[in-house]
Amino acid sequence: MPRSLRRWGPPLLLISPSLLLMAVFVYGLLAVNTKTAMTDVHTAAQTTGRKPSSFVGLTNFGDLLSSPDFQHSLRNLVVYTVVFLAGTMLFGFLWAWLLDRPVRFEGLFRSIYLFPMAVSFVASGVVWRWLLNSNQGETASGLNRLFQMVGLGFLQNNWWNNVNWGIAAIAIPAIWQLSGYVMALFLAGFRGIPEELREAARVDGASEWKLYRHVLFPQLSPVALSAVIIVGHMSLKAFDLIMSISKPANYQTKVPAIDMYVFKSSFDYANSAAVGVVLLVIVAVLIVPYLVHLNRTEKHR
Amino acid sequence: MTAAAADLTTPIGKAAPSATRTRSRFGLARTLRYAVLLLFLLIVLIPVYVLVVTSFKGPGDASPARAWNLPQEWTFDNWTAAWDALSPALWRTFQMVVPAAIISSVLGSMNGFVLSRWRFRGADLVFTLILFGMFIPYQAVMIPLLQLMLGAGVPSGIPSLILLHVIYGIPITTLIFRNYYQTVPHELIEAGRVDGAGMLRTYASIVLPISIPSFVVVLIWQFTSAWNDFLFAVFFSSSQNGPVTLALNNLANGALLTNYGQSMAGALLASFPTLLVYVLLGKYFIGGLMSGSVKG
Amino acid sequence: MRTGRKMSAVAAGVAALSLVLAACSSDDDGSKNDSTGGTGGGDASEVEVFTWWASGSEKLGLDALVKVFDEQHPDTKFVNGAVAGGAGSAAKDLLQSRLQAGDPPDTFQAHAGAELSDYIDAGQVEDVSALYDEFGLRDAFPKDLVDRLTVDGKIYSIPSNIHRANVTWANVSVLEDAGVDPKATYSSLDDWFADLDKVKASGKTALSVATTWTQVQLLETTLLADLGADGYSGLWDGSTDWKGADVTAALEDFQKLMSYTNTDRDGLDWPDATQQIIDGQAGYNVMGDWAVAAFEEAGKKAGTDFVYLPVPGTDGVFDFLADSFTLPVGAPHPGGAKNWLETVGSLDGQVAFNKAKGSIPARTDADASEFSEYQQSAITSFGEDTIVSSLAHGAAVPIATLNAISDATSKFTTGASDLATFQSDLATAAGS
Repeated sequence: MPRSLRRWGPPLLLISPSLLLMAVFVYGLLAVNTKTAMTDVHTAAQTTGRKPSSFVGLTNFGDLLSSPDFQHSLRNLVVYTVVFLAGTMLFGFLWAWLLDRPVRFEGLFRSIYLFPMAVSFVASGVVWRWLLNSNQGETASGLNRLFQMVGLGFLQNNWWNNVNWGIAAIAIPAIWQLSGYVMALFLAGFRGIPEELREAARVDGASEWKLYRHVLFPQLSPVALSAVIIVGHMSLKAFDLIMSISKPANYQTKVPAIDMYVFKSSFDYANSAAVGVVLLVIVAVLIVPYLVHLNRTEKHR
Repeated sequence: MTAAAADLTTPIGKAAPSATRTRSRFGLARTLRYAVLLLFLLIVLIPVYVLVVTSFKGPGDASPARAWNLPQEWTFDNWTAAWDALSPALWRTFQMVVPAAIISSVLGSMNGFVLSRWRFRGADLVFTLILFGMFIPYQAVMIPLLQLMLGAGVPSGIPSLILLHVIYGIPITTLIFRNYYQTVPHELIEAGRVDGAGMLRTYASIVLPISIPSFVVVLIWQFTSAWNDFLFAVFFSSSQNGPVTLALNNLANGALLTNYGQSMAGALLASFPTLLVYVLLGKYFIGGLMSGSVKG
Repeated sequence: MRTGRKMSAVAAGVAALSLVLAACSSDDDGSKNDSTGGTGGGDASEVEVFTWWASGSEKLGLDALVKVFDEQHPDTKFVNGAVAGGAGSAAKDLLQSRLQAGDPPDTFQAHAGAELSDYIDAGQVEDVSALYDEFGLRDAFPKDLVDRLTVDGKIYSIPSNIHRANVTWANVSVLEDAGVDPKATYSSLDDWFADLDKVKASGKTALSVATTWTQVQLLETTLLADLGADGYSGLWDGSTDWKGADVTAALEDFQKLMSYTNTDRDGLDWPDATQQIIDGQAGYNVMGDWAVAAFEEAGKKAGTDFVYLPVPGTDGVFDFLADSFTLPVGAPHPGGAKNWLETVGSLDGQVAFNKAKGSIPARTDADASEFSEYQQSAITSFGEDTIVSSLAHGAAVPIATLNAISDATSKFTTGASDLATFQSDLATAAGS
């Protein structure tokens, strides 16, 4: 008994504050939310009990998922996430790779690439609204005008003013904001790789590409996975950005987070909660394979 | 301490250059690299240009149609207005963000270490349970959270915000540290254990020192996310005791007729402290911390 | 492995704990019911005033009102709870959540009219009809206005200022260049189409408009023009059929108006559309009378640089919206709130506030000569015209209905639905 206490006592001690806090502030609150999602509180009078409300099980979920408007929101979310992920991973990795070797002014480049993350969309969203203005040709402003000014006029397009693909344009400010951070993650990953590992491979005669493929990428994959999870979670929460660029009512850029807000402001607490649960279920579905993957790789160790 | 661990304090500075590089390829590749970096630099700065230029424009001049033009008349009025509106909140925001970032980073580091090194059966489940907390859509839980905080009697303003940022920062800090520690060679930890160090000692004397790059990325994230947070600030503080995002929101959106110049100046002003932190922390982006730790 | 089992046990304990907490905290229905009634006494030491007037002329108006308040009620301390943003933002979310969680401010700003109906239904605001009698407001406010604010015989807020939503603004030189007489008046939308065509032909944007809510405002003025005041009001009380032919005709006019507008409208906020008039890029713009502040700030003169007129077809009708203050149930300092409401409804308070903010008083006994030229014309109209409630600004319908109408409008103007679908979407929205 004493030995196992010494074995699992310290780890338990170290992580139990976190576990307790998660229990209350995440799972406790989520339980409340889920309960609300299974009631029929759709009007103001029901929120304070002035009119009766009842338990309706999964009805709200059924209604939501079969409504074309919500399906449009979900579709937007998928498009947004894919573009956002692809963009940030690409630029983040590229910049980290470029900066990993000795480069003069590395500090300057790194700080400037990171700077967008420091600028909150609460006030700066307006700039992106201007930049993504959809007018072209004579009345163009924003990026379309810039393209004209540098001779790339053929790149002009509608940006987010497009019912089906507009949401991809909204991913651009998001990519601008987070690529620097993904770069930082990869850079830390690169820098954490012992130099001997690289030297050993080179001494063995491995080409640069083989070095990357067999030594560096595997070392970097946990970092890459962190990056994917971080970027993915920001994508699910995309709200301030869309509110400041295209406002909640615009149909082109509706995503579930916006729906959640609109429902809540109409006092439709049940549907608002239901959207929240749907988002979490989507996440759970994606996390479970990660858990399985983890288990498998751990077993190999 | 073994010889391997003692080597941990070698190169502070940039990553050690590789030995095998021919000179002629060196020149072209290098120039290309600088060119690409510079191109990206300019692209990243495009919105910043608009922000800066608009912040010096008077009302009427600061409009989307004239976004690219330099100001017709350069004016500092927007900056003084922004400073007046934001400066009371700046110091308070520091008082909120620094403790929150540090505490949540330390907690994350401890969690990450335990969850990546202690292979008990529930470890992955526990990690997933913590990780899931990252995805909670705050709007869905604001009302019960409000009731909880009111019930717990935590004072509004800085104390509430520190508590909340620590709590909701735990999942992401744990994630980053755990995945970072997975790349730490086993031999390093084992070396400590062989010497008879318990877990806490291993953590303090071996793991912490090599965690610096990870601390850098975690602190960058936590500082930024706490500094720019708006939702918690609105709910759990007021403009008298709250952070700079509230003041910035009031400045930028507080009137029917938006003063774009002032909002841009405010947005820039609010972002400078964070930029400063990036520059300062950047010095710790060092390589070779684990050099000499791999035997053979 | 024993360690593994221990950890799993811990995880299970965590889950159990969270369920217990969920059961404890989930049944709180918010709003305490221990109020002292709308007209009783109560703590008057301070008053936390929740508004979204945090900068610009709104803040100046609030400051002026506070000055009058300090004179009228020196013993009550004013606590500024302003959070910028208003509709469609975290500030609204915060207010709703605080009311729900049982932590209301002492008084909060809301658009007068149907927007309050959700709070009324939830039992979160007090009936202040007694205050109307006590402060003599029934005589001071126009009867039409008081009628529009009364719900089931009770009134729930005191308006501080009135804005007009059915105003058209035009750039004089753009009109003249297109061969249009800037002084023209119109009796219907059809007359206006002819001049809109001329401006379009001259190469400028005929009608500038901005993001969804401004399009909804355009929609409401179109409905008002084609259906008349009674028909328009009938849309909200059920006496006008949304599926009828006259509504179809009005929606067709709306479609035609949208065809004259700028293509980048969804990415603009209202000042940007007004700026297009100021800069001479567009000929006409429909916006509430808060737009006059934009012209003044740009140094433009009414009559020479720009003109304003009621939206064609709505002459003689005042499409109103009003900011007003309420008394939440369970307010911590009901005495202070009552004092604040008194100042808001008082002559001195309304004059000071509106002079600084640019809107007009709800009271009819203000001396019009103290106000600007535009304000004077608005005061006259308010006194003489038929008053109807604005849709886009919370006077005519509750939030849920407005959100549904906005969604339907956005779908229509972005091309995701056709006219017939638009009409039925609107009918569903209004019926809900």
